[in-house]
Amino acid sequence: MSNIPSDLRYTKSHEWVRRQHGEAPNGTVEIGISDHAQSALGDLVFVEVPEAGRAVRAGEACAVVESVKAASDVYSPVSGKVIAGNAALASQPELLNQDPYGAGWLFRVQTNSPLEEAALMSAADYANYLADEAG
Amino acid sequence: MGLKTALHDTHILQGAKIVDFGGWEMPLHYGSQIEEHHAVRRDAGMFDVSHMGVIDLTGDRVRDFLRRVLANDVGRLTIPGKALYSCMLLPGGGVIDDLIVYFISDTWFRVVVNAGTRDKDLAWIRRHAADFAVTVALHQDLAMIAIQGPNAREKTLPLLAPPQRVSARELPPFCAAAFDSWFVARTGYTGEDGFEVMLPADEAAKTWNALRAQGIQPAGLGARDTLRLEAGMNLYGNDMDEHHHPLESGLAWTVAFEPGDRDFIGRQALENLRGAAADQLVGLILEERGVLRSHQKVAAGLLTGEVTSGTFSPTMNRSIALARVPRTAALGVQVEIRGKMHAARIVKPPFVRHGKVLIPV
Repeated sequence: MSNIPSDLRYTKSHEWVRRQHGEAPNGTVEIGISDHAQSALGDLVFVEVPEAGRAVRAGEACAVVESVKAASDVYSPVSGKVIAGNAALASQPELLNQDPYGAGWLFRVQTNSPLEEAALMSAADYANYLADEAG
Repeated sequence: MGLKTALHDTHILQGAKIVDFGGWEMPLHYGSQIEEHHAVRRDAGMFDVSHMGVIDLTGDRVRDFLRRVLANDVGRLTIPGKALYSCMLLPGGGVIDDLIVYFISDTWFRVVVNAGTRDKDLAWIRRHAADFAVTVALHQDLAMIAIQGPNAREKTLPLLAPPQRVSARELPPFCAAAFDSWFVARTGYTGEDGFEVMLPADEAAKTWNALRAQGIQPAGLGARDTLRLEAGMNLYGNDMDEHHHPLESGLAWTVAFEPGDRDFIGRQALENLRGAAADQLVGLILEERGVLRSHQKVAAGLLTGEVTSGTFSPTMNRSIALARVPRTAALGVQVEIRGKMHAARIVKPPFVRHGKVLIPV
């Protein structure tokens, strides 16, 4: 069973979203990939995160995670402006395997629309979604 | 459901992530592919390679048959047990498969072919074997375990019975010995020393677990691919196929043009291409961050080529690849990764052998 923290929200493409502080249009969220996603990808060897200042739309591919086997896009679950990418992942992509919800975060976005409008699942819904996907 | 080896249940119990490979359900890794890779480079790892096709060829004219059907020359095999790597070619020079052939006796050779090409290989071999009255037998009763790494042989030998242990210990590189139902070869696909052991399928699980108890790390196809690419070894279907001949696939060394009167299938086509092949297979090291992957475009000035196998090298901590490029390409090239050009350097494989990085990064 993969780890699914209950205080985060999730997408069908296996990103997680953590509300950091504040509400749209100035609130910020942190985004990463789920424990299930890092486990399915295997050992990660290269991560490319967006640069601060980049405008992103919900559903836009804006980071790349590559395992030994394959490259995968990571989609921003929300619209807004990137305020930071996790620079540590450039030299230590394995942080994403070791701590997907902590040190392995990918990027932070200042949102311009309420989080409630984004297509996000609760931890319980995401757990059911994974169970359905596996079934 | 795919085909399963005799070790399938053992892999599941040991936590393998299973993937389809040439119609077979095979382990990709048992947790961390990179740790498995390092285990082979630094100590000892083992792979289930029972999906590969083991074909026995017997008959009085078996040597003549193989001198006709293989591009390398089994006439070079004079000591029983000696192995040879060769391509099997179409008349036009395209590669049907690459294989290892073991000379066991004047009337018995054993061939090991790739899993994904096994059926077409068998059909081709049978078609030509008839002219030489050679009997072709595919083994369905064997498992094969490749134990590889600097400590692989020492850790494997205690599992053999004492008289066999002595023979196996003294095997020179690229040689094999048949012991009753077991066949032990000092061959592999990783660039490290080790054994490939063929044994009865019903003894496979017991043997695998005994090897594991010796401290040998189970390793999956993921590590097998990064190890072989570091070792500069081609993968059939990626680096050569029926549309690419050996001379543009880094395999000219496996084509025996001498003696000149040996009429092997594909010879005429290769004679015409000799010295005239426009492309060559080279190694690439990515100078920047990122990962090279097969089918990425290579730009060498106005000339273009393509990555045939690419990966991240755990030993070099850098991305490496094999690529087919024009012979006249300069050493500095650009590779297109997701729409952006990245600098790479042409080098001569292998990248890594016997634990040592051979190419400065």
